[in-house]
Amino acid sequence: MPILTVEQAINQALHEEMQRDPRVLVMGEGVAKSRASLLHSFGAQRVRNTPLAEAVISGTAVGAAASGLRPVIDLLFAPFLTYAMDALVNSAGKLRYLSGGQHEFPLVTLSMTGAGWCVGAQHNHNLEAMFVHAPGLKVVMPSTPADFKGLLKTAIRDNNPVLLFTDIGLLHQAGEVSDDTEFLVPLGKAAVPRIGSDVTLVSYAKTVGICLEAAQQLRETGISAEVIDLRSLKPLDEEAVLRSVRKTGRLVIVHEASGLCGMAAEIAALAASRAFDALLAPVVRLTGPDAPVGASWALEQASVPTSAAVVQAVREMLPRTAHAAEKPLTELA
Amino acid sequence: MNTLSNSPLLERQPRLHGLYTMMLIRAYEERLALLQQNGAPGTCTSVGQEACAVGVISTLDWRDRIITNHRSAAHLLARGADPQRLMAEVLGRADGYCGGHSGSLHISVRELGVVLTSTIVGGGLSLAPGVALAQRMGQGEEGGVVVVFFGDGAACEGILHESLNLAVQWQLPLLFVCENNQWQAYVHRLETMADDAIYRWACGHGLETQRIDGNDVDAVSAAARQSVAAIRADGRPRFLELLTYRQRGHLEPDDLAYVDHAERERWLKRDPLVLMRERLRAEGVLQDNDLAAMQQQVSQRIDAAQNFAESSAWPDPQQLLQHVYA
Repeated sequence: MPILTVEQAINQALHEEMQRDPRVLVMGEGVAKSRASLLHSFGAQRVRNTPLAEAVISGTAVGAAASGLRPVIDLLFAPFLTYAMDALVNSAGKLRYLSGGQHEFPLVTLSMTGAGWCVGAQHNHNLEAMFVHAPGLKVVMPSTPADFKGLLKTAIRDNNPVLLFTDIGLLHQAGEVSDDTEFLVPLGKAAVPRIGSDVTLVSYAKTVGICLEAAQQLRETGISAEVIDLRSLKPLDEEAVLRSVRKTGRLVIVHEASGLCGMAAEIAALAASRAFDALLAPVVRLTGPDAPVGASWALEQASVPTSAAVVQAVREMLPRTAHAAEKPLTELA
Repeated sequence: MNTLSNSPLLERQPRLHGLYTMMLIRAYEERLALLQQNGAPGTCTSVGQEACAVGVISTLDWRDRIITNHRSAAHLLARGADPQRLMAEVLGRADGYCGGHSGSLHISVRELGVVLTSTIVGGGLSLAPGVALAQRMGQGEEGGVVVVFFGDGAACEGILHESLNLAVQWQLPLLFVCENNQWQAYVHRLETMADDAIYRWACGHGLETQRIDGNDVDAVSAAARQSVAAIRADGRPRFLELLTYRQRGHLEPDDLAYVDHAERERWLKRDPLVLMRERLRAEGVLQDNDLAAMQQQVSQRIDAAQNFAESSAWPDPQQLLQHVYA
């Protein structure tokens, strides 16, 4: 299978979907420059540079989506979405409902966030949970090149507004990506990149890799960790989380976004309300702090949960349980 | 589109259509203000602004799209919306145009081309370029024009300038109609605007603009007809500032305690219905008995609308979660 970076996978998805459906167009700040191959293939009508005006870019996408087009807008950095809030939250998320179902809004927003470029808090802010909280919107945040391609293609074909967040730290990560033009990843379906039995590590985006590293380190000390990559934050694959927690009895949720009212809080509540009897230890959340992200490499990296922190959290939760006590102490050291 | 065509009087005298529609809008909104006193939801009326809606919308055809706002009743009725289903929506009933999901503030009627009503002040200005872009890229009918109605309050939102700039730069078939009704909720516009004229802001973006007496339905329709024809011909946006006055409060009920009554009195003397009525009389088009017949027909329709709305069922609470996602 071909090897692509995340950036290449996104471009391939856009190319395939624009080829397949003439209603798909791409708009945004400098997209005709940054995605020159799309401009070359599909022309300036369908690959549109815009002013640096997120409110009207997003509003235009919403109006166009309700009128028969299927726009993809690139707003560059996630904090710029705060300028797009009215169009996305009040219009795209609500006007279908308020109209009694008269309108559909097939549109996708792309934006980048996360540690990696030392750009500081006005270019790096993981605010995905804000949009999960807004009714009518769907939110995806993949971790692999294949999922970027498959989820973006599905998002473009979905008749609802979908926000796809790209973790900056993943942009140049490479992986196998199917070149099948019908390769689709469904929204609302988590992946299980590592199967385990002692603890469930739930994450999305860049911190999935951190969980996989931690799982490898835990394996070396005899602890079997299962890793769940949510991929979609809304719709959320609740059953995948519950199935795993019922199997392992322990849950650690890891993400780079701050913890207050974040995805980890939601998943912890899910486990507490629907798998309480299976829990062998308190649920642990490892998240970014309630602070803007500093630009310095040292500060930026300090805001991201580490594999060492995941390993430590798992070790601390294991001896508290009967299950762990059955294991030889040497394995837990 | 026109719901009045079954009237022999109006067939004989097409020039009475505009007056009749304005009378219908006035009666509809005043009835809702009355119902509000008995517990119906408050509405943002456009009483005093009827000539803006009727003048512009009378120049449109079935290809065209309209984006309105929280003061939408005049636009909807001028476009031919059924007062019964409209009033049912305001009262939150199942037979309303949006099944009670909207209430008075966000009513859209896709089959009439009244799309994407946003009650966020300036919200429609963000959506309008996209509707016009779809039109330009072949999603609508050939030659269709998009009209976005907004007020002087929305003009003070930054989105006006983003929207104008994009419409000019992308050559979108979009008519901006600013109903400058002097009021931004409970504040007079002269308290918030450094410039007295909104059309000048549009001029700065390179649009052809006109400033028109928004209480003169003939003047409004002449300007709109010219603008719409120009947009159909060259696909570029145009801008109309219509000077008018919001005679009632921001939201019913409203004691108007904050209003300069001398200014209001001056505007009431230029009420758009009175102006049109006197003009039609002077032209010999309107006789007293015609006026009485029209008034009676309007009253009957509003009574029927109220009966229909009040006897319509409440939405089933099961519909709470309907239409969130497509």
